[in-house]
Amino acid sequence: MSQVHRDDIGSKMGMWLFIFTELLLFGGLFITYAVYRYLHPEAFHLASQELDVPIGTINTIILLISSATIAMSVTAIQQKKKKLSLGLIAATIILAAVFLVNKYFEWGAKFDHGIFPGSEYLDQLGYGDVLFFGLYFFMTGLHAFHIIIGMVVLGFMYVYVKNDRLTHDNFQLLENGGLYWHLVDLIWIFLFPLFYLIA
Amino acid sequence: MSETVKQGAHKSYLEETGGRKGIFKWILSTDHKRIGLLYLYSIMTWFVIGVALGIMMKLELIAPGKTIMGAQAYNATFTVHGVIMIFLIVIPGLPAVFGNFLLPIQIGAKDVAFPKLNLFSWYIYVAGSILVVASLFAGGGPPDTGWTFYAPYSFKTGTNMLPAVVGAFVLGFSSILTGLNFLVTIHRLRAPGMTFMKMPVFPWTLYGTAWIQLLATPIVGITLLMVLGERIFNIGFFDPAKGGDPILYQHLFWIYSHPAVYIMILPAMGAISEIIPTFSRKTIFGYRFIVISTLAIAFVGYFVWGHHMFTSGMSGTALFTFSILTFIVAIPSAIKVFNWVATMHQGSILLKTPFMWAASFIFVFLIGGLTGLVLGALATNVHVHDTAFVVGHFHFIVFGGTGFAFFGAVHYWFPKIYGRMYDESWAKTGWLIFFIGYLALYGPMLYLGIKGMPRRYFDYLPEYHGPNILSSLGALVMVSGFLIILINLIRSARHGEKAEANPWGGTNLEWQISSPPSLENFDEIPTIDKATYKYD
Amino acid sequence: MAEEKHHIISYQKLLGVLGILIVLTLLSVAITEIELSRWATIAALLIAGIKSTFVLLIFMHLRFDQRIFRVMVGLIIALVLVVIFITMLDFMFR
Repeated sequence: MSQVHRDDIGSKMGMWLFIFTELLLFGGLFITYAVYRYLHPEAFHLASQELDVPIGTINTIILLISSATIAMSVTAIQQKKKKLSLGLIAATIILAAVFLVNKYFEWGAKFDHGIFPGSEYLDQLGYGDVLFFGLYFFMTGLHAFHIIIGMVVLGFMYVYVKNDRLTHDNFQLLENGGLYWHLVDLIWIFLFPLFYLIA
Repeated sequence: MSETVKQGAHKSYLEETGGRKGIFKWILSTDHKRIGLLYLYSIMTWFVIGVALGIMMKLELIAPGKTIMGAQAYNATFTVHGVIMIFLIVIPGLPAVFGNFLLPIQIGAKDVAFPKLNLFSWYIYVAGSILVVASLFAGGGPPDTGWTFYAPYSFKTGTNMLPAVVGAFVLGFSSILTGLNFLVTIHRLRAPGMTFMKMPVFPWTLYGTAWIQLLATPIVGITLLMVLGERIFNIGFFDPAKGGDPILYQHLFWIYSHPAVYIMILPAMGAISEIIPTFSRKTIFGYRFIVISTLAIAFVGYFVWGHHMFTSGMSGTALFTFSILTFIVAIPSAIKVFNWVATMHQGSILLKTPFMWAASFIFVFLIGGLTGLVLGALATNVHVHDTAFVVGHFHFIVFGGTGFAFFGAVHYWFPKIYGRMYDESWAKTGWLIFFIGYLALYGPMLYLGIKGMPRRYFDYLPEYHGPNILSSLGALVMVSGFLIILINLIRSARHGEKAEANPWGGTNLEWQISSPPSLENFDEIPTIDKATYKYD
Repeated sequence: MAEEKHHIISYQKLLGVLGILIVLTLLSVAITEIELSRWATIAALLIAGIKSTFVLLIFMHLRFDQRIFRVMVGLIIALVLVVIFITMLDFMFR
């Protein structure tokens, strides 16, 4: 019976259920976004122009590539190519770090213009701008937090693969880590057009 | 009766220490049964605090004007009473205690799918509950917003909102992880032959509950995070001065907190569905309908949150939609009541304590359900909104529902948990006193609400005095009943008569293993080939 | 010990999907340059929907998993959409 030895499908199911909770967590924010965008369409439109589309696009592509690399590392470990798998996990973590660096500069630029939650400048701009940037910082911030968690998770996966705790016939954990990483990507796929592309 | 599953001469789970000593054999054990008891003990501890706060409120309301506390203290008391009772007791109550103890046994498994995660959820629960209770004592005074943390007051008040909100957030995590664990357990670890439609009702209700825990809790999680964002960074999501909409807060809060009511009541219905067939000596009536109505409640219950906001200024379209949906969700609940009654019909009923609790459960649940329809109808809701009627209705459903089912379940599974019998006559006495006190406590609230007494005030007009006295006295009677029950149980756990494996003649798997069960429940995983609740 | 043979997704397939995702990203950026007024949001969300479908089916290999996973994901997405819809019933008709 499945209790005696490990249950890969059960473990994957656990990961998926956890992903659902994350989707619902962001779901609450998407509801908020939908409501305030409906109430302040013009302001959201104008505020969105403040965001840097090229950086956003580059970051989107970075995340997409990182998603592909982690998926390939799962393929690699199944083909018993340990080195390649390790390299791909490392690549994913590095891409994640690049994403965060970009994000840092992006946020920094906004702060320099006096745009941050609770700032006096922002309060003068009006309701729509306060809410747009409130949501922007809150949602991208929470997303960035998930990136950091994802990096830690993948860091563990790297060590496990290195120590042969995860091998070609026991890789479910790596797949789960990958699922988490794809979730982070998935959320960004929606954040990007909702914040950057409503000009 | 059905064949007994073979059981070798194993030590019971209570004797199996895993080489650990003292408290460590509890707080380091990943055995689902010990974890269930850990929850039981922690929940009972908080329950005593919650009851004490409730009594303080009733003492304040025994006479108009200031009796034992002023307005601010009263606001804090009902807030902390609500937060403790809801987040610390009724939400984890049945799933975490009896779900943990019984789910693996009832589906023929040795443990839950992720035992370590299970223990971890308990630690998170304890951390969260300590934060909540700490908000009572730390710095700026206990929170005074009501358990609903309504914005914008929740980020304007100077009281200890931070620990309370963070505590509720952390407790949400515990609830999510328990739900996740149960879902995987039910999907992956059912014994061979136990198809979904052969599963007893209690695991079924846990299944519905687990989905709600998983899918609704994150919404309140993010909402509480947003409130923290408001308090710390002054973002403005719910601040009208910055364009935010407080009604959106109410939406987000109730998207979780209404389904949370079903987290509380579904497992209660499950426990009742276990008790009634056993003590009626009859197969449960309409098993298939009970299962379907369980899932229907869980599903439709997700879309009725707006009926808490009928007077908040929502659009007419939304009011109408929510009212219709509310009436729809009453249907599956009623189906269950009919099924229980039909199960008892022509059964040979055994009047033991668990059955008393179950029967009184149906009674109070009926009152709670019917008053719920009064609140679900738009026209009457406007009249009784935010009055004592709502408080009465809520306590009939949540305390009368979940609480009664909880006590019924404690008595029903007591022999299985401790391997000893409780004292029947004391248990019945306790039940009777409790029940009388209960009706005297909450019955008058319904009347007072219709008459227009608002909720959440430490003071009231003199014309409401009479029923309030009755209510306060009822509270004292109920608490004495509760003490009798509690003392009887604690005493019996140590000194009660030894219990047989199947003292009630139940049909499900938990009654076919020894009392108390061995560490791994079954020597051999049983194969199930017959429907559940089958009496030959 | 595994209960069924695990499907291995080839590198070519993964890279192919990555290519499609990047093209779609650039497409959605390009679309905003054109004046589509109210359709712009719908177009952007549509493209995001297609992208996430690719991620779910291939990267998260739902396509190769047991049916129960696809059913669950479908129901969860439906749930989120219904909740957003019901909430908007309030704000759109206020």
